[in-house]
Amino acid sequence: MSALTDLTLAEAARLLAAKKVSATELTQAHVDAIEALASLNAFIVTTPERALADAKRADGRIAAGEAGPLEGIPLAIKDLFCTAGIQTTAASRILGGFVPPYESTVSANLWRDGAVCLGKTNLDEFAMGSSNTTSAYGNVVNPWKRRGDNRDLVPGGSSGGSAAAVAARLCLGATATDTGGSIRQPAAFTGTVGIKPTYGRCSRWGIVAFASSLDQAGPMARTVEDCAILLRSMAGHDPKDSTSADIAVPDFAAALGHGVKGLRIGVPKEYRLEGLSPEIAALWEQGIAWLKEAGCTIHEIGLPHAKYALPAYYIVAPAEASSNLARYDGVRFGLRVPGDSLDAQYEATRGEGFGAEVRRRIMIGTYVLSAGYYDAYYLKAQKVRALIARDFDVAWESVDAILTPATPNAAFAIGENQDDPVTMYLNDIFTVTANLAGLPGIAVPAGLDASGLPLGLQVIGRAFDEETVFRVGRAIEQAAGFTAMPQLRAGA
Amino acid sequence: MSLDADTIRRIATLARIRVAEDEVATLQGELNGILAWIEQLNAVDTDGIAPLTGAAHMALKMREDVVSDGNIRDKVLANAPERIGPDEAFFAVPKVVE
Repeated sequence: MSALTDLTLAEAARLLAAKKVSATELTQAHVDAIEALASLNAFIVTTPERALADAKRADGRIAAGEAGPLEGIPLAIKDLFCTAGIQTTAASRILGGFVPPYESTVSANLWRDGAVCLGKTNLDEFAMGSSNTTSAYGNVVNPWKRRGDNRDLVPGGSSGGSAAAVAARLCLGATATDTGGSIRQPAAFTGTVGIKPTYGRCSRWGIVAFASSLDQAGPMARTVEDCAILLRSMAGHDPKDSTSADIAVPDFAAALGHGVKGLRIGVPKEYRLEGLSPEIAALWEQGIAWLKEAGCTIHEIGLPHAKYALPAYYIVAPAEASSNLARYDGVRFGLRVPGDSLDAQYEATRGEGFGAEVRRRIMIGTYVLSAGYYDAYYLKAQKVRALIARDFDVAWESVDAILTPATPNAAFAIGENQDDPVTMYLNDIFTVTANLAGLPGIAVPAGLDASGLPLGLQVIGRAFDEETVFRVGRAIEQAAGFTAMPQLRAGA
Repeated sequence: MSLDADTIRRIATLARIRVAEDEVATLQGELNGILAWIEQLNAVDTDGIAPLTGAAHMALKMREDVVSDGNIRDKVLANAPERIGPDEAFFAVPKVVE
């Protein structure tokens, strides 16, 4: 048997159920791995005592024949999900010392199903970033290195800690969130799988809000099947989130057995960007060839407004963020920096509490919502958003899923792409359309670039059709046979 | 359209974020860079298009108009940076009424 930290979640679940491994052994192996690779800075808080207590309880339930679907499975939680009694920071100074008295619905669903809590993973501050370099708790290091180059690379963002923890085998899976690509881009950068489900599939209750009409929680893991298992537990209607969908949650993992024969796959011609790297273009062609061999038919489609998705996003998301982040006032929770008046206290608290990227986005949002500019910016962006969503509606008349690259490049070094904010924003060029249209999208590792870094492909599907997205993702996973492993990992 | 330094200061005030005087020029450059990039949306014809406010692919549910939570004063106050008054049952703020 391979090391306990090398197991997939599905394999671990089978061994636990067969009582060949105990939850305590499995958890201890991951607790040790987290300690050994603390240099990755993947976690803001680790909870080893809680993890071992969870594991002990899980072993009891397994012995009593009362095991849940995730009984004894060690998971990491992005530090954007509120966890009762465990510090939750959103990687921001402004939430310093905040200990939620309540539990997010998504994490509560995982504990209900028996999962073990290893700790809270690092992220870009308030999930704003594509490199995990905006965290108040320091950069996360990608477990992968370029061949012959020892420089530290970014794990992507904003869910960089979750991605690094999954890739380095510090956990069997992790929760993450995706507002413009924050699950799929880090998955692609770390050779892991991540799915942003349909808007409304998972409850947003108890997740620190960034842009409420775009935010969606999803899992990251090392296989498509593992993500399917996790999403089934995370998803479901929640009366506490009016935008959570009252739609039955399918057995996503069961859908994987259905194959992809006869599926119609769309390839959007607008995604063949001018200046697209030849490596990314070749990977995309390879993905098309794999799906053809698996029995899919390939169709060129048009998404004529896709090229406007990023600028529209950078109006909508900051606008919503400026409203959501108005709650950080230094009065009710988190950081307070004293001032002579209430306004002075607000300004001092928020001036010191927010990092540079969060401040930029709040200010952009404040400006585009301010009197005289609302129509020119915010309303215009919402209209463009409608056109982007309509492009997809038209596409679904002729295809069942859409295949694109996940990112325009592989992971870059810490400090690169920081010349100006817009350069960093371009990381989400292939992912952001799915957020604006509320559609499910998965990133699956599909190959390595010339320097040995992982590259991913993305599959986008119809609203609430994650099953097809998972099936196509599984077909790519099988064809790619991606077995490369990061240099920094448990047991290496 | 380009934001001048006074507009940067005004936005910071509206957002209740203190910005040091030596940061204004940097922010001005960054925000103008982002806004210039966003300008490309003007090339899209959106006449007669209804704005899309959200991504929910369903009608939002109405809930019963009843109180479903409460009596958790201590939980609400637990994270307050400063509390005041009898039983420390109030959030403290600087004096706002003379």
